[in-house]
Amino acid sequence: MASIGQPIDRVDGHLKVTGRARYAAEFELPDVTYAVLVQSTIGAGEITGFDLARAKAMPGVLAIITPENAPKLSIKEGPQQVVRAPLLQDMRVHYNGQHVGVVVADTLDRAAAAASAVRVHYRREEPVTSMDAVLGQAYVPTRFRNGERPPDTRRGDPDGAFSAAAIRIEANYTTPVEHHNPMEPHATIARWEGDRLTVWTTTQGISAAQQSLATLFGIDRGKVHVLSPYLGGGFGSKGNTWPPAVIAAMAARMVDRPVKLVTTRAQMFTSNGYRPRTIQKLRFAADADGRLVAMRHDGFAQTSMPAVGEFAEPVGLATEMLYACPNVAVTHRLVALNAGLPTYMRAPGLASGNFALESAMDELAAALKMDPLEFRLRNYAEQDPHEKKPYASKALRACYQQGAELFGWARRSPEPRSMREGDVLIGWGMATSTYPTHRMPAKACVRLEADGHAVVQVGTQDIGTGTYTVMSQIAADALGLPLERIRCELGDSALPPAPISGGSMTVASVGPAVLAACQAVRDRLFEHTRAEPRFGLQNAPTDALRLEDAAVVGPEGRVGLAELLGSKGVEFVEAEGSAKAGEEHERYAMHSFGAQFAEVRFDPLIGQLRVSRFVGAFDGGRVMNAKTARSQLIGGIVYGLGMALLEETHVDGETGRIVNANVAEYLMPVNADVPDIQTILVANDERTSNPLGAKGIGELPMVGVAAAVANAVFHATGVRVRDLPIRIERLV
Amino acid sequence: MQEFSLIHPASTRDALVAGAAQGAKFIAGGTDLLQLMKDNVESPARLVDLETLGLTDIEAGASGLRLGAMARMSDVAAHQAVQDDWPVISQALLASASPQIRNMGTIGGNLLQRTRCGYFRDTGFSCNKREPGTGCPAIGGENRMRAILGGSEHCIATHASDLAVALMALDATLELHGIGGSRRVPIAEFYRLPGNTPHIETVLHPGEMIGAVTVPRSAAARNSRYLKLRDRASFEFALVSVAVAMEMANGAIDDIRLAAGGVGTRPWRLPEVERSLHGKAPTDAILRDAAGRAGEHAQAARQNGFKQTLLRGAVLRALQTSVA
Repeated sequence: MASIGQPIDRVDGHLKVTGRARYAAEFELPDVTYAVLVQSTIGAGEITGFDLARAKAMPGVLAIITPENAPKLSIKEGPQQVVRAPLLQDMRVHYNGQHVGVVVADTLDRAAAAASAVRVHYRREEPVTSMDAVLGQAYVPTRFRNGERPPDTRRGDPDGAFSAAAIRIEANYTTPVEHHNPMEPHATIARWEGDRLTVWTTTQGISAAQQSLATLFGIDRGKVHVLSPYLGGGFGSKGNTWPPAVIAAMAARMVDRPVKLVTTRAQMFTSNGYRPRTIQKLRFAADADGRLVAMRHDGFAQTSMPAVGEFAEPVGLATEMLYACPNVAVTHRLVALNAGLPTYMRAPGLASGNFALESAMDELAAALKMDPLEFRLRNYAEQDPHEKKPYASKALRACYQQGAELFGWARRSPEPRSMREGDVLIGWGMATSTYPTHRMPAKACVRLEADGHAVVQVGTQDIGTGTYTVMSQIAADALGLPLERIRCELGDSALPPAPISGGSMTVASVGPAVLAACQAVRDRLFEHTRAEPRFGLQNAPTDALRLEDAAVVGPEGRVGLAELLGSKGVEFVEAEGSAKAGEEHERYAMHSFGAQFAEVRFDPLIGQLRVSRFVGAFDGGRVMNAKTARSQLIGGIVYGLGMALLEETHVDGETGRIVNANVAEYLMPVNADVPDIQTILVANDERTSNPLGAKGIGELPMVGVAAAVANAVFHATGVRVRDLPIRIERLV
Repeated sequence: MQEFSLIHPASTRDALVAGAAQGAKFIAGGTDLLQLMKDNVESPARLVDLETLGLTDIEAGASGLRLGAMARMSDVAAHQAVQDDWPVISQALLASASPQIRNMGTIGGNLLQRTRCGYFRDTGFSCNKREPGTGCPAIGGENRMRAILGGSEHCIATHASDLAVALMALDATLELHGIGGSRRVPIAEFYRLPGNTPHIETVLHPGEMIGAVTVPRSAAARNSRYLKLRDRASFEFALVSVAVAMEMANGAIDDIRLAAGGVGTRPWRLPEVERSLHGKAPTDAILRDAAGRAGEHAQAARQNGFKQTLLRGAVLRALQTSVA
């Protein structure tokens, strides 16, 4: 039976729950030393000197590296993922919590003690910490989406249509700084052997890390070996090659011993990016029949000072394409603050942007006195209105219909504050979700052994989403073998290269490469079969042969693998496969879609707001594994609930220093916050987007959750909250 | 974390001698102290481990309840007599922290936990409580979680313990042991307001430790409860919490005790509310009027004014539940 689509347990699940899956920091190297970062305590300025005497004299200290003695790196060229600052290359301080040094000692405790004894002298400058204060200095991103598209787009005449429209809303929405906080911290072990560098590091992109490190240290890519067999979550925070990994390698070179550097939870708040704060100004209008006539979405996002880098949160992407509206304008602007470099965080752009977009849609529906779902259906885009192309597939109507049915949406009473249970106000809200279907080139290697076992090798990495499992399933089905006969090797830069695990594109990118490698193996076996007359299948057409139970099976017989390979005098067949997007990406618009439905309960006397029920229905294309897919959907919705109600990084306005750099005060949902979540994956068997038909479900389920909750809060209370997270002080 | 020596005393007497040394600190469950040490907020040269001393007894007698300072939060919360006769204590403990922390955390340690103020817990900030005289950035900074009652121009840090709020309502007494002898201090006199010495949080003398907590038995204590409000449903410190103990006689409120958490620089008794309820029949109007007096003299900072509204709502809900 085909394994694709089945609810299959993770192949690495047992290793993980028994502690045998080894994560980056857990590799044991002889002679390893420990590095602890020293971070700035000012928000902007210049380091005037270090007082290291006390730290240097402490027991076990091997080296203290600061900009005064750090090796110079080649920071000019390199892949997009390389983060060029702060790498201890100069004395400038661009943000509070910036790395300004690192202490290496023979034990972790000694390194930590000495790190806290390092004194840094500064010339202080006034940090810029508030977007609102410098919004007037917002500027156009220099390389929006890596230069692949302009930051501003427009169709029709949105301003003219807005002025003339019957029903208009104009509102500003904000989303806060959020941190990914994966369970596993940022961790690297670096070891030099001559000019060869090996790093065990927690990264969402081993190939990018390999290239980044090679560039920075000025060595050939082939001399850098990156290993990342398991990750304890990334959510975007491990997409770039962040300074701690580079500083670990730098330190290892300085002390000439392996160095392990694991950031503390607090250091993670200034070490590996974050979701930047956004201010979004929306002007939407509809005619009296509820047809959208104008959408204007002006997005402002914070970024770091240019010397650190630039990251442009793309908040307007869904506004361009989600609804059939003739007049649309989207702009993206940046505001530079004395803060670290922001980065991708689960559903970058879409999560923040969709909160504004889908809240505004709800506001417009309320102004029209129209059911919010009906309003969305009335503006359903049958083709992509931005790219003006047909969709490869779009089952959003089915998402709306099946989600609404399961939720019981038809029983919603339209007026705010009209549903209650005793003193408790109940609200129902919904929102649309979407995420683009990406695909990048990838290669894979598959080896089929004579004994009917196969090895899949591909230089992707499993960030916890189930990549080992899904790649094994793809190979099992393509080779006609049971899943347990497949061994999957990932997370090693020596394997065939694959893209970063981000953008919900791993299955779409890597899966076809694994499939192609399996098909190449199969083709070679069929060729051998037909070439050998004694198997009696020399006249069988290729499409009449199949692989089944470690044998080639044809219309008139079968030949076992052992016999077949034995006849060739080999023990295995191995083939490489590669796959990349074709011209279908020019012809079709590719997106996944979903419909989110939330129920909230608000107890006004005590300001208690809880989400009591949630339904999400999604079109993520073809489902690879019903179990890991459901986990992704539930996990994404929980991530969205955190965004809606809890998550926010508090930055002290005076110093630019983060006040809640810990997981006691940076609130994420606990089990008690998570209600009954029901998910639906609507049927979609298209194969246009990619040979597997997987459109991506990693980020889709969190998009729209915050808006659905905010819309439910409005329905419950009559209060429209336009700033995340939704705080009870706005409601009491 | 800085290097320290760890001492396992053989007796309470030994512990007190060791604890009297310069730079010494007692360690009980360590759930707070270790965090503070890792963050260099506390850097004791010597830790005196109280684990070996016993002090874990939970005794419910005719006169009241006696909790050894080293009794675990989870054990006290699960104790049948505590649940029956002092339910507010059990509820306050179960609303605290997480099961893992409650398994380690002790009664004495809970009462001496330090504030969660992020400015206090990060040596990268100035803080009058951590380093007297350096200033209080919380007052003009991120202060949503800070206190609206009992603050000074030097400190508005909130007291973090739920248990202390329950004990405050029940008029508990602390048994303190020092090298010079033992004494008993009512919990109402134990915690100090920050004033201009926010680094001195209690009346404990240097080297003195909590040995036990005693709580009188009363009809009101039997009808007591704890209501804790927070953004997250569990595992979070209080935005506002209320402990209430109430006894009715002949249709009127005969004994009423109320204390609040999350709002004060120390656990906060609400005498103004108690006074307006005493001897009255608990009609809805009376309860509303009384709840409306809670936190009369509150002083809000930029982000925490809503706590007063929330406090009054919480008091009303707790009172309504108590008379139901």
